[in-house]
Amino acid sequence: MVIAFVYAAFVITFDHILGALIPKSLLTMYMFFVVSGVFMVFTFDEEKTKELVAPIKALVEDPSKKMIRNLVFVIIPLGAAYLTYQSQLPSLEPPTEARAQHPAPPSTMKAFGKRFNLMTLENPLRKLQTEDPEAFKAHVKAGGEIYIQNCQYCHGDKLDGEGPFAPGVNPLPVNFQDVTTIAQLTESYLFWRIATGGPGLPKEATPWISAMPVWQNFLTEEEIWQVILFLFDYTGHKPRSWE
Amino acid sequence: MRLRYLAKIGGMSLLLALLMSLFAVDLPGLDASSVAFAEEAPAAPEAAAAAGETGAEGEEAAGPAPIVAPKLTAEDYPTIPGFNGRVVVWMVAQLHLWFAAFVLAVPIFVFIIEAIGMKTRDKRYDDMAYEFIKVSITAFSLTAILGGLLFFSLMIFYPHLMGYLIKIFDDSMLYYALLFFAESAFLYLYYYGWHWLQGGFKKWVHLTLGLLLNAAGSTLMLLANSWTTFMMSPSGMDASGAFVGDITTAMGNFLWNPINIHRIVANVAFGGGVVGAYAAFKFLSAKTRELRAHYDWMGYTANIIAISALLPLPFAGYYLTAEIYMYSQQMGITLMGGIFAWLFIIQAVLIGALFLSANYYLWCGMGRSDGAGRYTKYIKYIAIVIVAAFLVWFTPHTLILTNAEQKALGGQYHPYLGALGIMPAKNTAVNLMINCTLLSFILFRRANRVPTVSWAKAGNAIMIGMFAAGAVNILFLGIYHGYFTNTVYKVAASIPQVLTTFVLIVMSLIIDSRMYKGAKEVGPMHWGRIPNRAQYALFILAVSFTWLMGLMGYIRSGIRQHWHVKDIFRDASPDAFTPTLGFAADVVSIATLIFMAMVIFVFWLSQVSATKTAATGYWKEG
Repeated sequence: MVIAFVYAAFVITFDHILGALIPKSLLTMYMFFVVSGVFMVFTFDEEKTKELVAPIKALVEDPSKKMIRNLVFVIIPLGAAYLTYQSQLPSLEPPTEARAQHPAPPSTMKAFGKRFNLMTLENPLRKLQTEDPEAFKAHVKAGGEIYIQNCQYCHGDKLDGEGPFAPGVNPLPVNFQDVTTIAQLTESYLFWRIATGGPGLPKEATPWISAMPVWQNFLTEEEIWQVILFLFDYTGHKPRSWE
Repeated sequence: MRLRYLAKIGGMSLLLALLMSLFAVDLPGLDASSVAFAEEAPAAPEAAAAAGETGAEGEEAAGPAPIVAPKLTAEDYPTIPGFNGRVVVWMVAQLHLWFAAFVLAVPIFVFIIEAIGMKTRDKRYDDMAYEFIKVSITAFSLTAILGGLLFFSLMIFYPHLMGYLIKIFDDSMLYYALLFFAESAFLYLYYYGWHWLQGGFKKWVHLTLGLLLNAAGSTLMLLANSWTTFMMSPSGMDASGAFVGDITTAMGNFLWNPINIHRIVANVAFGGGVVGAYAAFKFLSAKTRELRAHYDWMGYTANIIAISALLPLPFAGYYLTAEIYMYSQQMGITLMGGIFAWLFIIQAVLIGALFLSANYYLWCGMGRSDGAGRYTKYIKYIAIVIVAAFLVWFTPHTLILTNAEQKALGGQYHPYLGALGIMPAKNTAVNLMINCTLLSFILFRRANRVPTVSWAKAGNAIMIGMFAAGAVNILFLGIYHGYFTNTVYKVAASIPQVLTTFVLIVMSLIIDSRMYKGAKEVGPMHWGRIPNRAQYALFILAVSFTWLMGLMGYIRSGIRQHWHVKDIFRDASPDAFTPTLGFAADVVSIATLIFMAMVIFVFWLSQVSATKTAATGYWKEG
């Protein structure tokens, strides 16, 4: 009962109420450990263990349950056979790929005809935030304009990944408002991703599954840094730093 | 120069004398001058060449020459038909490390148990300590044999890397060999002198031997750790990538101490897990009630040792990971955001399995007491929190999706569950899991006792308040700082979370001990009255620890990717690629099976050594 309730709660909450399905791989893992937890609670003392196994024992040993026993002994193997058959059926579904959404950056990258060390690279405009706030604001504003002209079609005018082109691409454009995306990253990481786009992704991130253009072909180095300032400014996130 | 190398190699070879005599291998890497040393350095190749030349010429006047990493080609790596060098080194290194961790850990808690025995004058502690160390004796020989095999494997398959490291670590490798002899001597004296050095001053001498054994063992580990961490975070390099430091610079590299702390704590947890499995093995095969009671007590102690080290272990791991991030964003992201992140899901599941089995064993163990019924009703609530925290703990940020699911969700990030995939959620979950385990332990301790102090009710109220306040604080720090502040606070919030847990552990144990001082016992503890299935929880603990160490060890080593020494010495062997996750998991799993088989052999040997066969009619009479 507990297990069925938890399973139904997961499916109803995610698939129906929230409208964002719970992946099968995750649900399987969740349920495995929910079952383990329930099993542990019901078997840590002898009385409860006996209570738990009593119906199973009765089913196997009680002569009066012969009919039910025979039915169960037919249904279980048939169920297992059905599941096995289903799992082995040929499918047109391509195999699941372990695509890394957040791949590690290289230690250095080449863009705009020069090499950048991503371990030490910083946004050259960031220091203006304290040194010259007016100039900083101007760069943020310029970044916003560049964003609206180039990026909002996919990433959305609210930076939520819901731009007009977004439904046409898979995977969806990243939602910058989500605290688990750019809020986790350094500005140098964003510079790498924007400058080299989808084709610049490492193999583990399956570069062919990304519609992100190589922006170094369309924007200047300063424009990319300005856009990065705008992304953090608009969302209110702070770029990742090391101290 | 070459004589010094020979001296070092000779020192290590003493350890391997038997094995050495079995092989006649040409080791091309021992003579480092035979390699075309590169002028390669990631930052400035020309500067490296210049540094190399200047160093060579100016050695007499300006101290030791810079040590430049050789630039190798695939031909520089010897091959043996039918063997994959990387897999051989990987498997042997892993097996050696498991046994080494075990034989380093066991003397630590044997020393503590012996000291407790001396303090309480309860001989049962002394007997148990002796039985623990007896198990580690056979494992010690296996550690040495595997260490020899590892040295040979490295020399055969990666001679130039070994040549390079030997040049840098210089005399420390000789000291390692000497320390190994010292450790062996202390171990044998400690073990074989156990019954001889009993009582009064002799017992103190024996305890001192235990201390020296631990000092030698720990120093050995610290030395070996420095070689490993140097390969991840090399120090003492000039701008060209040539090594210009000395041994202390090389040893004191960025990741040395984080690894030292992590390994010491993890070794104790692992050692506790393995001796727990030994106790479970003996419990299940015991024929008498007395033996069952003895091995039940032994299993309980081993589980307490494992839990005591398991509780701080996630923090030591988090500290190490944070330091890896600090040292190299690339290594950090490769570790937990990139390709290795998938293995971290398995890691999370195994850590959860450790917590679940440790708790289950404690809950089952409450059956030994007649007064446990007062507390068993709370177990289900503890279980709910542990399982819920565990689900958060292993929820990945980047999900494994079928194509249909990916299309429905629009990417690998789940709009709701994705938030559970980042560190603030993990830190919150693991702190709650630790506090629940602490609660299980406190209930277990209380099961057979009734407090007699007048302030028992107030004490209980304080403890309930502390746990509630602690949980609220952990949740607040995790949710507010984790999701509504910048990354500096996100990472920093883990520290007050850990401190909350630490304060809870210390304060609750102090209050509980005071409250139950002179407590009335409900009845005698029924050692041995524990279901057999609880013993399987101890087996799960040992297997999970082993598997986990293998997996994480691979990840730690693998994040160097195609570098022998990160960013300094490139791996040019045909195997210089990250294997598929499935392959890596297979290698680790096979190594785990081999290790467990060897451990069962060790357990069996300890059983055989106590068995006597009366060979009637075989020997001459009179």
